[in-house]
This record gives sequence, structure tokens and C-alpha cells, in this order.
Amino acid sequence: MIYALAVFAPLVGALIAGLLGKVIGDRGAMGASLLGMIVAAICGPVAFFHLIVGGGEPGVIDLGTWMEAGKFHVSWALRYDTLSAVMVAMVSFVSMLIHVYSIGYMAHDATRWRFFAYLSLFTFAMLMLVTADNLVQLFFGWEGVGLCSYLLIGYWYDRPSACAAAIKAFVVNRVADLPFAVGLALIFFKFGSLEFAGIFPAVADHAADTYALFGHTWSAIEVIGFLLFIGAMGKSAQLGLHVWLPDAMEGPTPVSSLIHAATMVTAGVFLMARMSPLMEYAPYALGFVTFIGASTALFAATVGCTQTDIKRVIAYSTCSQLGYMFTAVGVGVYQAAIFHLITHAFFKALLFMAAGSVIHAMSDEQDMRKMGGLWKLIPWTYGIMWVGNLALAGVFPFAGYYSKDAIVSGAYAAHSGIGMYGFICTVLAAFLTAFYSWRLLIMTFHGKPRADRHVMEHVHESPWVMIGPLLVLSVGALIAGFSLHDWFIGEEWPEFWRGAIYNGAHNHVLHDIELVPFWVEMSPTVVGLLGIAVAYLMYMVNPLIPVRLAQMFPAVYRFLLNKWYFDELYNAIFVQPAIRLARMLWQTGDATLIDGVPNGLAALTADGSRQAVRIQTGSLAVYAFVMLIGVVVLVGIFMLFR
Amino acid sequence: MNAAGFPILSLITWLPLVGGLVIMCVRGDEATVASNARWTALWTSLIVLALSLVLWVQFDPQEPGFQFVENVPWLPEFHVGYRMGVDGISVLFVLLSTVLTPICILSAWEAIQTRVREFMLAFLILETMMVGMFCALDFVVFYMFFEGVLIPMYLIIGVWGGPRRVYAAVKFFLYTLTGSVLMLLALIAMWLYAGTTDIETLLHTTFPVGMQTWLFLALFASFAVKVPMWPVHTWLPDAHVEAPTAGSVILAGVLLKMGAYGFIRFSIPMLPQAAQSFAPFIFTLSVVAVIYTSLVALAQTDMKKLIAYSSVAHMGVVTIGLFTFNVQGINGALFQMLSHGIVSGALFLGVGVVYDRIHSRDIDRYGGLADRMPGYAFVFMLFTMASVGLPGTAGFVGEFLVILGALQVNFWLALLGGMGMILGAAYMLYLYRRVIFGRLTKQDLMGILDLSPREWAVFVPLIVLTMWMGIYPSSFTSFFDASVGAMVQHHAQAMADTVKLAAGTTH
Repeated sequence: MIYALAVFAPLVGALIAGLLGKVIGDRGAMGASLLGMIVAAICGPVAFFHLIVGGGEPGVIDLGTWMEAGKFHVSWALRYDTLSAVMVAMVSFVSMLIHVYSIGYMAHDATRWRFFAYLSLFTFAMLMLVTADNLVQLFFGWEGVGLCSYLLIGYWYDRPSACAAAIKAFVVNRVADLPFAVGLALIFFKFGSLEFAGIFPAVADHAADTYALFGHTWSAIEVIGFLLFIGAMGKSAQLGLHVWLPDAMEGPTPVSSLIHAATMVTAGVFLMARMSPLMEYAPYALGFVTFIGASTALFAATVGCTQTDIKRVIAYSTCSQLGYMFTAVGVGVYQAAIFHLITHAFFKALLFMAAGSVIHAMSDEQDMRKMGGLWKLIPWTYGIMWVGNLALAGVFPFAGYYSKDAIVSGAYAAHSGIGMYGFICTVLAAFLTAFYSWRLLIMTFHGKPRADRHVMEHVHESPWVMIGPLLVLSVGALIAGFSLHDWFIGEEWPEFWRGAIYNGAHNHVLHDIELVPFWVEMSPTVVGLLGIAVAYLMYMVNPLIPVRLAQMFPAVYRFLLNKWYFDELYNAIFVQPAIRLARMLWQTGDATLIDGVPNGLAALTADGSRQAVRIQTGSLAVYAFVMLIGVVVLVGIFMLFR
Repeated sequence: MNAAGFPILSLITWLPLVGGLVIMCVRGDEATVASNARWTALWTSLIVLALSLVLWVQFDPQEPGFQFVENVPWLPEFHVGYRMGVDGISVLFVLLSTVLTPICILSAWEAIQTRVREFMLAFLILETMMVGMFCALDFVVFYMFFEGVLIPMYLIIGVWGGPRRVYAAVKFFLYTLTGSVLMLLALIAMWLYAGTTDIETLLHTTFPVGMQTWLFLALFASFAVKVPMWPVHTWLPDAHVEAPTAGSVILAGVLLKMGAYGFIRFSIPMLPQAAQSFAPFIFTLSVVAVIYTSLVALAQTDMKKLIAYSSVAHMGVVTIGLFTFNVQGINGALFQMLSHGIVSGALFLGVGVVYDRIHSRDIDRYGGLADRMPGYAFVFMLFTMASVGLPGTAGFVGEFLVILGALQVNFWLALLGGMGMILGAAYMLYLYRRVIFGRLTKQDLMGILDLSPREWAVFVPLIVLTMWMGIYPSSFTSFFDASVGAMVQHHAQAMADTVKLAAGTTH
């Protein structure tokens, strides 16, 4: 009951704010929306602790039938197990903080009721996603968060760049959703059900099933695993389908922290963990997951090192951290992935909102090249940014230290080729992560102020309604690591998860993490500290080094600055050809070829009748003459063939 | 007589015509006539709607066969009768017609100012023809209604349409009539073979396989044009662009369903072997329709044309679903027909709202409407999302079930047939961005007004239906589940018999 309240309170808030917003005004709408979120933020964690320490039993709350067609049946239902409950607790809590922060951040906006309605609706969709008891409801939440992110990215709809980014986000996600939907169809085809209770117990029986594709016969479970992962790649912005995430920074900053850091983008990781009973039977798909995840972790980190927009740096950082999570999924330590998901939610929401606080202070300036020297002026924000960065870089005892360490060690402990690839990529990425984090910190807060005097005079610390949530998140970024470690991946994990995540019989990676050599365990910390040192050297001690590096390797610099040219590539091979093809099909295909046949026939008929009309001259002499010719011809034929 | 105790189907069918006769008798000056015609038409269609709701309540969804059957001998020597009845497949289309008609009449309240009486008359006749077609249980009666629909629609486009209305109306008429001639041949052939035109008898008649091929092709010529399937779709954009708003709504909402209804009523159950062997051909055309017309929609500069092309793509999904011959696919196709009827109708109404104000369908003429028209922006967003198949709206259920059904046939059919998910999002959001989003810069848009109460009255029922169909679709699918189940079984049986027959001849 409390659990259902946590899910539906945001919906009620969103409906009141959205439908009545014009009537009850901004304050009323904000109040309704916030109240809904506070209820959710109380009920969500309560439901979670009830399950973990209060003796609660996992179960399913059935809300009624959704779809039926023959033997196909899905319900609206809320699943109550550790995986869902932990997500509900995190989403409702972080989302509530972001609502509070938004009150301050959006204080000068004209249509706040709309903003809060979108935010609450988003939270509802995300909660439906994580509590789904079948894949179709998960898909409902999946697409629902997609819609809300579209609306929120395009919130300032009078900016062309925001509209373009919103459409890009939705369409790129849809590109991934189609294989996802087909994957669901394949599950239904093989298992006869899309309810988790119908799929998971049957996986072992279907392990030997095959499916023919591309003229080959594959394991059906592998094909399903690949299709689902493609869906996850889109939502979680993995290499190849990541292009929407940086552009999505067009939305207001609270949106970036809610959607593009704490919740929506992690849906793909959640999907993989939820489907662990199936993924465990798809080793090749899992290998692919690690490959993409590790590559993304490294790729996004390299791009993050050259970006100058403060939010884009953090966006690429998100992309990279999601890569870490997928690396963990791929080597079979879903628990570590979810652990990193939770800690990341705290410190990445923190970083985004701290960046928002900087942007707020700098009169909406986002370019770090025009910042600098701010640390004395906004000390709270500065301190909070330190906490976020320490957690992100994985410095002991901050949250990121525990979760990132587990992933890096897990990749090593998998003792496989792809695991080693994951290990190398994630360690390198850990170096870059620390580097770009301190690059951001130093460029923003230290050195000489590079903004003009007018802006600098206006620099002010954010109001308490914004700093308050940041402080709460800072505490989370500090303690989430060591306080949750034992539950998620430590001694107590079997009692904690209670089978919500499945590890195959031969999957001992979670156990082997404890046995990795000391140097492996220490490597992320060491390279992290190294990264900080290098950033300090390059941006604090001698700021000419980065300039000279860029001059020495102009090609590399441009390649990174332009984000590996993914946008240009996609534009050239997908977008432009599609537009050209569309015009051609319309003008040539429809207008000329297809319409040519009936129009041609019509013209032919009209022409023919016009010719026929001309024969009827009305002159008797002509008629008589033609008749005569006819008679002659007939008689001639008669004589000839007689 | 039947469950309702009176010939309810005939009443629903012919009552609009009676209303039309009343309108014809109205006398007085032009304003009085117009006003009386409007009110008479609205009340008639509302009474018909109420009657059809009785039908909805009294219908027994568990029963797969025909209900409310009426049987009056008409040409007994030819075994042709006036037979009416509905089963789970047709009953909801009767409701779709009776729901959309009052909405159309309401939407034309101010938009139509010339020859109001004739317009309302044409609309009521149209309703009679549509409902009659879905109720007909005799092929001859069906054929008459099926063709009869053409006449009022032809007039609605040709008289009250836009500048190129005559070209569009003639194109519409000729395209659909050409196919119909072949259907008439098929009708005669079937009558000669079975000795009757009773649909129930025909459903249980096994036609020789060789004959089935020709019958299928003849029926296909008629139904494919009506759907419309690629490449005989080009009449639709022209007809939509020129038709008045109400005409577009009923064209997209109900008339496009006639072709698909024909497939599921005649081609698939009566000609199972031919349907099975033509399925790959249908799939190919449908997949081409989905991808081709979605791309063409992306390039459009005219709002109505864009939505017209999107209709062709959505109907491509329907034809894929119908020919999968499994419960999920056919259920999905039927649901997609219903949801498309509501959603595309609403989208055309949405275009009508701004057309009434600015008198342009050019996408470039608009931009930034969200500032002045927040209510309209909300409504348009909702139906845009329903059109791209967002879960929780009507559009998702049909599309998803069709993908479930299609995958049971072929992986690529599901993937390529689902391409509308991506391309649909692209063209609809691109449309939305150009019309609703952006900065409001055009002078004449500065004073544009948001939805009036009458317009809200038009949209609210459609919004409710869209959400209802999306959140609780079982209240609709339960109507056709039994009938579709029986049909799928019948088809599987017929196919099994063929295999046995083939096995018997070789041994």
C-alpha cells in the first residue's frame, strides 16, 4: 500500500499541476507537485527498509488487466522485491530533492506549473518502469520517461537548439526501442509470456532453443539478449547511440540532474539487472555488453577532457560512468552495477546541480573558459563540487571509491579476455575521470576571473532552497559507499538481494572480487590520484601545457573536441540520405511514377476521345466518302479471300 | 427476434437517412435552414449514437458468431436477402462510425457556411452507408453499401473542398470504383458457385483453390485501394488535402477501415488458401508502405498531406497484422484500425482548428502556437504521442500486438514493419516542432485564439477514448477476442485440410 502510494503520488501531483496549473497558479502547482513528491520520498524509502530490515516479504501488487490477446496477457502490477524497492527509494528521494532545488532554480521562469508537472510525471514514469512486473509495463515506463525527457529537454521551446535536441533524444531512443520491442516479441514467441513470473523459471528449459537469423542458427536467448541490450544502449547512451545525451543539456539544469544523471539513463542498467536470469544464459550477449560498456567508459572520458561547456563535461562523465555499470553487468556482477548506479545517482545529481548553482551565479554562463576565480565568491557551491568530484574520482572514503573499485576488480576477477579489456578500459577511464573532474574544478573556481566585470559583480551564492538539497546529496555522496557496501556486494548480499538478481551457477565473480591482487584493488585509486595531479599541473601550475598540447597534436585535439565526429557521421550517413530519399520518393515516386499511371491514362482517354470527336465532322459528303471507302475495302477483302 | 427485441441494426442504419429526409423538408430563409439542418443532424446522430450504445451494452462478447441477426427475404429466387448482423469484429466499427459522425457534425458547425443543408444531408447519408456496410450479412447488401459510401463522400470533397477539389474528387471516385468493378465480378462468381450471397453461408463454403486465387485478386483490387495499400495510395493525400475537415475525419476515421474490414470479412476467412499464399506479397507491400510513406510524410510541407501519408503507413501495420493469421496479429490489426480511426480523426480535427483561424495548411505559416494556444498545444501533443504509439495511449496497443504477431511469422517482418516507430516519431515531432514550438513571430498569429468550448467538446470525447483504449484496452479487445479466436482456428483448420489433401494425392 505504501509502495503503491510512492508510485502514484507523483502522478497525482503531476495531474494537478498540469491540468489545473493555469487555474491554481504557479504556487499551487508547485505545492501540489512537491507534496506528491514528499509523500513518495517518505513512502519509497520506508517500503525499502521494510523489505530489508523490517521483515517485509517480496510480492506483487496487482492493479488490473492491461492487455489481452489470445494467450497473451499482461497486467498493471507493481513488483516489490529488493531490486525494485531500492530503485524506488533512490528515485523518489533524489527526485524530491531535485523538485526542491527547482523551486529556487526556476524561480524566474514564466510557466513553472508546466515544469513541475513534467518533472512529477517523469518521476511517475520512472517509478512505473522500475516496479514493472512484466516487460510491457517496463516498456510503458521506458517510453514514458522518453516522452518526459523530450518535453523537458524542449522545455524552452522557443530556442531552436532545444527543440532540435528534444527531437534528437526521442528519435535516437526510438531507434533503440524498436529492437527492444522486437526482442519482447521474440520472448513472447519463445516463452509464451511477457510476465517475469512466466519467463524467469522457464529460461533453463529454453536454454537450448535456437532461432534462425542472417542464414545462421543462433541460441534464441542470445538473440533476445542482444536485442534487449540494444534497447538499453539507447536509453543509457552507450557508444553509438550516445549522441542524444550531450545535446540534451539544452534542458534546464535540474532536468539534467534528474533525467540525465540519476534516473532515466540508468534504466538500461536496471533492465539488464532485472533480466539477469535470462542474461546469464547469454554469454556472448554479455561479452558484447562489456565490450560496449568498457569502450563507452573510455570514449566518453576522452571527449570529456576537451569539452568547455560545464554541463557537457558532466554529461560525458555520465556516459562514461554508465559504461562502467555495463562493464559490471557484462562480467556478471549485476550487484556491483546497481551499487554504482545508486552511488552515481547521488554524486552525479550533486555535480549537475552544483554546476547549475555555478550557472545561476554566473548569470546563465555555461562556458568554463569564461569562468574562473569563483571559489571565494560561492564557497558553498565550491565545497559541494569538491565532494561530488571526490566521489566521482573514487577517492576513499567517498561513495564512488567503493562502487567503482568493485567494478574494476570485478572486470579483472572475471578472468576472461573481454573482462581484461574491461579492466584496462575502466582503469584508463578512471585516470581520465579524475583528470577532467579537476580540470572542471580548476577552470571554474580557480585562477583569474575570465568573465567580464559586469557578470562578476553579480556573482552570488544560491539561495538555501538550492543549497539545502545539495548538502543532503553531499552527505549521500560521502556515506552511500561504505554504508551500503556490505548489503549490495559485501558479506550480506544473498540475504539482501533475496534472488532479485540472479547469478548463474558458474558465476562466482562477486565472490572473486575479494580475492583480486592488491595492485588491482588499488589501481583505480592510484590512477585517480595521478589524474588529479596531472590536472593540477596542467591547469593550476602551468596553464600553458594544455594549449601547447593542443598545438602539438591538432588532429587528436580536434577529433576529441568534435566528439569523435559522431554527429557529423550520422548526419552524413543517416539524416541527410533519409531527407534526400524522402524528397525523391515523394517527387519522383509518388508524383511522377505512381500518379503518372492514372494521370497518363486519363490524358490518354481524353486525347483519344478528342481524336474521336474530330472524325465526327458533321459533313455528309465526308461520311458518304468514308462509307464508300469502307465498302470498297470490304468488297476488296471479300474478293481477295474468297 | 434478437437480443434487443427490435431490429436495432436496421434502426441504427436507416435512422440517419430519416433525419436526412427531415432536413430536406426544412423551409425558410437561409439562416433558419442552416441552423435547423445543423441541429437536426446533430440530434439525429446523437440518437443513433445512443442506440449504438445499447448495442454495445447488449452485445455478448463471449459469443463468436453473429448477433442481432435480421433476415428479410428480398430476391428469394436468387437467394439474396436483406440480412443484417454483427459479430465481435464488426460491432466496434459500427460504434466507431456512430461516435465520429456527431463529432464531425459538431466540427463543421461554423466551418461550413455554404449549402449547410446539403452538407448535413450528405453526412447523414454517409452514416447510413457506413453503418449499413459494417452490419451487412449479405454480399449484395454489403456491395451496395460499400459503393454507396462513395457518393456522399464524392460530393463532400467535390462541393465543399479546397481549390483542387474536382481533381481530388474525381481521382478518389475513379480509383475506388475501378477496384469495385472487379469485386462485383468476384461477387457474381461466388454467387454462381455457392448459390447464395449470404455471408454466413459463404464463410462455410470451401472454394476450389484455383478459383480462390482469382477471387482473391479481384477482391484485393477493391480492398487494397480502399485501405489504401502502396502503390495505390496516391488518391488519399489528394482527397484529404482537398476535403473539408469533417470529410477528412470521416475519411481517415472510417472509410479507410472499409478495405481492411473487407479483407477480414471476405478474403481471409472465405479464401484461406489464397490468403495464405498471397501473404508474403501483402507483407511486402505493407512493409514498403510503412517505410516509403513514412519517409514521404517526413518531406511534406502541408499538414494534412503529412497526416494523410502517416495514415497510409499506419494502415500498412494493419495489413501486416491481418495476414499473420494469429490471434495477436489480427487482434492488433483490429485494435490499430480502431485507434487509428480515433487518433487520425483527432489529428485532422486539430489541423482544422488552425485552418479555421488562418485558412492555411502550410506548415511554414505556423510556429510558436504554444504561446497563444496552450490548450491546443496539449491536445495536439496528446494525439501526436498517440500517433507515434506511446504506451498508455491507444496507438501503442495495436502496434505492439502486431509486432508480437508479425514476429511469429518472420523476424524481418516485425523489425521492418515496426520501422514506423522510428520514422513516425521523426515526422510527427518534426511537424509538432514547426507548428507548435518555436518563437511566435508571424503577425497574424499574435492574436490567434485558443480552443473554444465547442472545440473542447469535440476533442474531450476523443481524448477520453484515446486514454481509455491505451490504459484499459481489454474492454475493446474482449469484444473481438472470441470472434478472432474462432477465425484463427478456422484458418488453421483449412490449412491443415489442404496439407492432408495434398498428402492424399501424392500417396
